[in-house]
Amino acid sequence: MAKTRSHAGRSIAAHAILITYTLIALFPVFVIVINSFKSRRAIFAEPLMPPLPGNWDLVGYQTVLKQGDFFLYFQNSMIVTVASLFFVLLFGAMAAFALSEYRFRGNLLMGLYLALGIMIPIRLGTVAILEMMVSAGLVNTLTALILVYTAQGLPLAVFILSEFMRSVSDDLKNAGRIDGLSEYRIFFTLVLPLVRPAMATVAVFTMIPIWNDLWFPLILAPSEGTKTITLGSQVFIGQFVTNWNAVLAALSLAIVPVLVLYLIFSRQLIRGITAGAVK
Amino acid sequence: MGALTLSKVTKSFGKTEVIKGVDLHVGEGEFCVFVGPSGCGKSTLLRMIAGLEDVTSGTVTLDSREITDEAPAKREIAMVFQTYALYPHLTVRDNMSLALKQAGEPKAKIDQATARAAAMLALEPYLDRRPAELSGGQRQRVAIGRAIVRTPKLFLFDEPLSNLDAALRVQTRIEIARLHRELGATMVYVTHDQVEAMTLADKIVVLRAGIVEQVGSPMELYNNPANTFVAGFIGSPQMNFLKSAALGQRGETTGIRPEHLTLSREAGTIPGTVSHVEKLGGETLVYVRTEPHGLLTVRLFGEHNYTVDEPVHLTADATRAFHFDAAGQRLR
Ligand SMILES: Nc1ncnc2c1ncn2[C@@H]1O[C@H](COP(=O)(O)OP(=O)(O)OP(=O)(O)O)[C@@H](O)[C@H]1O
Ligand SMILES: [Mg+2]
Repeated sequence: MAKTRSHAGRSIAAHAILITYTLIALFPVFVIVINSFKSRRAIFAEPLMPPLPGNWDLVGYQTVLKQGDFFLYFQNSMIVTVASLFFVLLFGAMAAFALSEYRFRGNLLMGLYLALGIMIPIRLGTVAILEMMVSAGLVNTLTALILVYTAQGLPLAVFILSEFMRSVSDDLKNAGRIDGLSEYRIFFTLVLPLVRPAMATVAVFTMIPIWNDLWFPLILAPSEGTKTITLGSQVFIGQFVTNWNAVLAALSLAIVPVLVLYLIFSRQLIRGITAGAVK
Repeated sequence: MGALTLSKVTKSFGKTEVIKGVDLHVGEGEFCVFVGPSGCGKSTLLRMIAGLEDVTSGTVTLDSREITDEAPAKREIAMVFQTYALYPHLTVRDNMSLALKQAGEPKAKIDQATARAAAMLALEPYLDRRPAELSGGQRQRVAIGRAIVRTPKLFLFDEPLSNLDAALRVQTRIEIARLHRELGATMVYVTHDQVEAMTLADKIVVLRAGIVEQVGSPMELYNNPANTFVAGFIGSPQMNFLKSAALGQRGETTGIRPEHLTLSREAGTIPGTVSHVEKLGGETLVYVRTEPHGLLTVRLFGEHNYTVDEPVHLTADATRAFHFDAAGQRLR
């Protein structure tokens, strides 16, 4: 009896902590979203009030949708994020499979080398990257961003996925080999589905920084045709006057796609975890 | 169906040599069992036969074709794993037929082979289920079925029963013996289990640290062990090793199986005290502490009422004793 009660107590405490954390984490997002629907005066007068008939104003959204090529920026961000994510997951998983599955000279060193990128920020190499992109003629293309983000995401992906792939049953892979499956079939049809939760984790960790990044779009692809949404929103932040309505509206809109992607991946994550438990 | 020959096969992982030169012939249709302590290289040797591990030196020949460097799928072998290793995303039917599909066999032949294997193992009701919807025993039957469908020249089993509970293990063991009779195929089987080895094998290979200690039929190994290692490994409970000098026998050590010791309250050649009694119903195991031989096991038929600390006398059946020299080799 006492045991169950203390169990319930612990569960309440855990929930209280998690709920508090969720509230703190969501608060800024909440403030951005409610204020994006308010007039400029209301934003500054009562930032915490929800949008009401009195202060309701869609001027921010109107500005955003009228000014600049907002849909183009959106599309650019989407292309860059999805393409980078695809390459990070594909190449990351392939490298992880090779590292965890095959014994070859220098396997460990290679693994460490690939993981080194986790500790060294890619921005340290900005100048060199810019020079490279200039000589390759890739400045002001989305390709440049996709290449850089793929490189940026790979170390963590290789590191996490190779740990998970080591835990996939050798017997299963060997059964596939005896049945005549190619290494590619073994990788794509046997191993990848089993590390799906890890793939989803890596996808979330990779996606958010790419979507939010301002640095590389500003340096590598600042042209009108290649602006990402984060960069595009900066037009509303002036040196002297900032159009807060527009900034908040742009940010609110920018949240939607990541939210959708996140929901997709987290469902995968949960499905993977529960599927593993049935075993 | 084919005969398997290993000659001077070795395997090293980096600098450590795990298999140290194995020569072995398994005749056509023979059931060969590898036994040995954990880590002695049984699985490694089996995986080398399967082609899942490279052979460092030596050759593997199956049905008079050298397959040392062949890919696993080209060796005409099938393997059953301890963890079943069924493809989780495929139904039982697809699990069983995948190898033939990969080999590009016609559909009619695949269907026929799958149906035959399913019938042999009573798997028909489960053909459209996925592995997650089967019990452990059913999963292992599917794994065996997957091996049968391919009609390989050689079946390899790596501890296929050790994930099953005791009752299921007996049942599946009998099933494997029946399959061996019906298919007449050559089989190589790795196990930890004494009973599996003794009951299934035509030929037992005892391995220790990558070396073959002795090869023979179960009864040859039981009645004629080559050294103390084999003598101690085959037979359960383990053989007793007594000091020859104290018994007035030849050699350094005298080996007597628990069933060849008799126990008496009145008289005998070796005095001792009862240390522990295990009653199994059909038989009783009595552990007796003696000087200078240490703890000896006696196996008695039926029920016996010995109590702990009771003084008793043991007598060894000298005609069933084995004599070993100081290095553990059998003296003949
Ligand atoms: N990939 C590997 N790299 C290095 N050493 C290995 C590797 N695989 C196996 N070994 C070593 O080879 C030896 C034999 O291993 P193996 O798996 O064949 O033993 P086993 O007889 O099957 O044991 P068990 O009965 O516990 O299954 C062990 O000492 C093990 O540490
Ligand atoms: Mg093993």
